[in-house]
Amino acid sequence: MRYLSYVLVGTLFGFVLTKSEAISWFRIHEMFRFQSFHMYGLMMSAVLVGMLSILLIKRFDVRTLSGDPIVIEPKPYNRGTVIGGLIFGFGWAMTGACPGPLYALVGAGVYVMAAGLLAAIAGAWVYGLIRDRLPH
Amino acid sequence: MNELLSRPWPWYVAGPLIGLMVPVLLKIGNKAFGVSSSLRHICAACAPGRIPYFQYDWKKEAWNLALVVGIFIGGFLGGVVFRNPNPVRLSAAAQNQLNDLGIANQGGPHPIEIFSLQSLLSLRGFLLIVVGGFLVGFGTRYANGCTSGHSIMGMSNLKWPSLVATCSFFAGGVLMTWVILPRILSL
Repeated sequence: MRYLSYVLVGTLFGFVLTKSEAISWFRIHEMFRFQSFHMYGLMMSAVLVGMLSILLIKRFDVRTLSGDPIVIEPKPYNRGTVIGGLIFGFGWAMTGACPGPLYALVGAGVYVMAAGLLAAIAGAWVYGLIRDRLPH
Repeated sequence: MNELLSRPWPWYVAGPLIGLMVPVLLKIGNKAFGVSSSLRHICAACAPGRIPYFQYDWKKEAWNLALVVGIFIGGFLGGVVFRNPNPVRLSAAAQNQLNDLGIANQGGPHPIEIFSLQSLLSLRGFLLIVVGGFLVGFGTRYANGCTSGHSIMGMSNLKWPSLVATCSFFAGGVLMTWVILPRILSL
């Protein structure tokens, strides 16, 4: 039951992703062609709200529901940030989906995306397999 | 109410709601918003082999799997129960582009002639769905984050590696869309 809150947060996220059409191949194609402000507005307003929230959390030393301090682990930079980022960008433009939308699309009735999701899991697995041989 | 839940939402409503995922997850349990690590946890749970990258206690990260189960449910609610019956209202420029490419926008989030079970067996469908999906999983793990973990969570936290990652995502996406994708679509 302690995972129920995360399922609920995910449900809200998946619903908003679907309603904003951020899960749509059409919207992603339009974004990468710079033909609409929609996706840019979506991301920029999301980051603005996230940024203000973290600022307030730090400023007022907000704690978790159980009273623990909130600490955000930074993601360190390495060459994978760029190389992996480019590779993900290719896949994003092909499938029209980043990882969140992959899950949402299967739920939203684009059932063939289950194959895309399985392929993404396979991609993560192969990354784990050859990780030591990749530049980082 | 039904109308409100069925029609698409403008960016200035949906964007701030997505941004709220960041403080909500921090408040609930000091969790950093992110989706692509779920792919790693699934590997660690189902097929870790002897691969060091998958040797960790994935059960401690099970909250992330609960999150993606929720995303699936949210997609079902938004895309099936409260389905938008109309085509995506793209800009005129984007719609003209699709017409030139010969892709129909007739309801649903994805073009059905490319993203259907039958098309999976065509070269074009296989490349876009399976190869594309593979690149999403491989690339997000290699970059240690995706649009949620880097572009929203990392940038909200003002971390420059996440800005570099986001620029890389877009550089890859733009290159694919302008240079390679037209060739795949014409297969």
